[in-house]
Amino acid sequence: MANILTLKELSKKEVLISSGHRLCAGCGAPTIVKMVLLASDYPVIASNATGCLEVSTCISDYTAWKIPWIHSAFENAAATISGVETMYRSLKKQGKINKEIKFIAFGGDGGTYDIGLQSLSGAMERGHDMLYICYDNGAYMNTGIQRSSATPRGADTTTRPAGSVVPGKTEQRKDLTRIMAAHNIPYAAQASPSHWMDLMKKVKKALEIQGPKFMNIISPCNRGWRSRTDDSIMLSKLAVDTCYWPLYEVENGVTKITYRPKEKKPIVDFLKPQGRFKHLFKPENEGTIKKLQEDIDSEWERLQKEASIHAS
Amino acid sequence: MAKTVAATGNEAVANALRQVNPDVSAAYPITPATDIMQRFTGFVSNGKVKTEMILVESEHSAMSGCIGASAGGGRVMTSTSSQGLALMWEMLFIASGLRLPIVMSIVNRALSAPLNIHGDHSDAMGARDSGWIQLWSENAQEAYDNTIQAFRIGEHMDIRLPVMVCLDGFIISHSIERIDYLEDEEVRNFVGEFRQVNPLLDIEHPVSYGPLILPDYYMEFRKAQEEVESKVSKVVSDVSKDFEKISGRKYRLFETYMLDDAEVGLVVLNSAAGTSKDVIDEFRNRGIKAGLLKPRLYRPFPYRETGEALKHLKAICVLDRADAFGGSYGPVFIDISTSLYPYREKPILINKIYGLGGRDYLPEHAELVLNELVEIAKTEKVTTIKEYIGVRG
Repeated sequence: MANILTLKELSKKEVLISSGHRLCAGCGAPTIVKMVLLASDYPVIASNATGCLEVSTCISDYTAWKIPWIHSAFENAAATISGVETMYRSLKKQGKINKEIKFIAFGGDGGTYDIGLQSLSGAMERGHDMLYICYDNGAYMNTGIQRSSATPRGADTTTRPAGSVVPGKTEQRKDLTRIMAAHNIPYAAQASPSHWMDLMKKVKKALEIQGPKFMNIISPCNRGWRSRTDDSIMLSKLAVDTCYWPLYEVENGVTKITYRPKEKKPIVDFLKPQGRFKHLFKPENEGTIKKLQEDIDSEWERLQKEASIHAS
Repeated sequence: MAKTVAATGNEAVANALRQVNPDVSAAYPITPATDIMQRFTGFVSNGKVKTEMILVESEHSAMSGCIGASAGGGRVMTSTSSQGLALMWEMLFIASGLRLPIVMSIVNRALSAPLNIHGDHSDAMGARDSGWIQLWSENAQEAYDNTIQAFRIGEHMDIRLPVMVCLDGFIISHSIERIDYLEDEEVRNFVGEFRQVNPLLDIEHPVSYGPLILPDYYMEFRKAQEEVESKVSKVVSDVSKDFEKISGRKYRLFETYMLDDAEVGLVVLNSAAGTSKDVIDEFRNRGIKAGLLKPRLYRPFPYRETGEALKHLKAICVLDRADAFGGSYGPVFIDISTSLYPYREKPILINKIYGLGGRDYLPEHAELVLNELVEIAKTEKVTTIKEYIGVRG
């Protein structure tokens, strides 16, 4: 019954998001959804914030979702699924449902870090038995690559375009995974589709835990990152290997780094293949790359310290 | 067997909700509606209802939670006022577009700025075209009765739409009145079991809620929704008749008072209708043929029926407890004008804006307006079509 995370076993499972949806070639989001749903041993009901994933997977009269799915608005995937989950508890208590069902909300970084943060924070604090998954592509990609609080420092976006006086985004990204862990929820984690086993293990673990769970998953977007359509997995791997996107989990307050790169690569390795950082390689923008590297170094150091406290 | 009690409007609504016993409620406090959910959560804490509460962090999430819960597959309700309803605005259209029969008590309150917590109709008027059914209530009894009927109306298979039940903030929500309650079992039987169509929780039959619909089909979808709206009047009338059988209380799309032979008349929503009826009695005693029409089903508005009921009058004043800014008239005035537009011979209409932000509506205001109508009926001359009354300067 329990799902074993080997390619052989997984290949026998039904993929619950069908092909034929209208997401771009090379988009990270459907790969992530596929992995998440494959990792579940239970039937899942999902909510979806307005965004690329939502508009591209359910265009009337078609749906790519083979599971019950609801989209209501942009900022409220967490509140919406909390409603479904509460109805589930009510009907279960009344003896009208007896199945074990899991509840997952999907949102992009705009719908999660920014406009949906309050709704997410509220749902986590209320303790719903749900998993919120943010697929973070680092900007409002659906509306055309506008800056979000998840956009990395220095990135060129359509609302903070790199120009002669502005070198792209001038601020550090919001550390949402940490903010969610600070809710003292039983499980918060970061994952990357490049490390699929790590990602699926985390989902599997999260779904076994009662209560609110949060996962932040990096999701390359070749349109916004100005990269090649076949570079998604390579870029998400570079994000991990440069420690731009460390893979870790915080389980019941205990931080654990789930993957340590053998050799921490410099951030330029992650920046170079992406057109959104092209301008940073001009001499006058050297400072931004330096600052970006400093952000990452200090964050990685902090994370390692946090993990070592728990390990000792 | 009915039970007569002394209760506030909020208490009566909370009691109706207890008797209906919904599966889920998502709510957020706001004056003057807070009291409803405060009382209701007391029922939850003491095992008087089966309802699971979602105590959300905003009204936007309250309506989002209600939408998720209703789509999930059960009976759902909430309540709010003023800024809370304004914050829900986006989600109101989604609840009606997804055809989810959520019931929401609206304890009418003024909108900011300036901040004011007292009763007027600006909040519900701002949501009048959101696709929700709106039932308006003169007093605590009507608020109680409308709340019970709202579930049957919204959940009717011909329509499946969300319903707002409006009552005046403080004037009704916080005043104690004499009310007849139905027995719990009578209410339970009246509302019956709720079965959601295509519930999300039916895991064997996965459905997708809330698709993207492009120009190829969006308009057909909207047209279908408009056709559903056109069926609401009949459902409201039928449910009202059924309700009369168990309560003895008669409800129609609107209430008429001394209207059949009236020459001058008032059109007014909610609590001010009570004060107006008293003054109409005095005018009748003086031999003046005055009458009143009080809309109950305000959305979708029964234009034809309302026009038929008013067309024979000489002069009418529509009293609005909200203004519609933009150089226009009060919202009820606009609807009454529309309902009378098809008739060649029609009454002269004037519009008074009254009672904003909880300003008292007094018998002398009704008197003043009725005297003006008598004069207009006589001379057929109108000096000002729209005017604020009970106001300085």
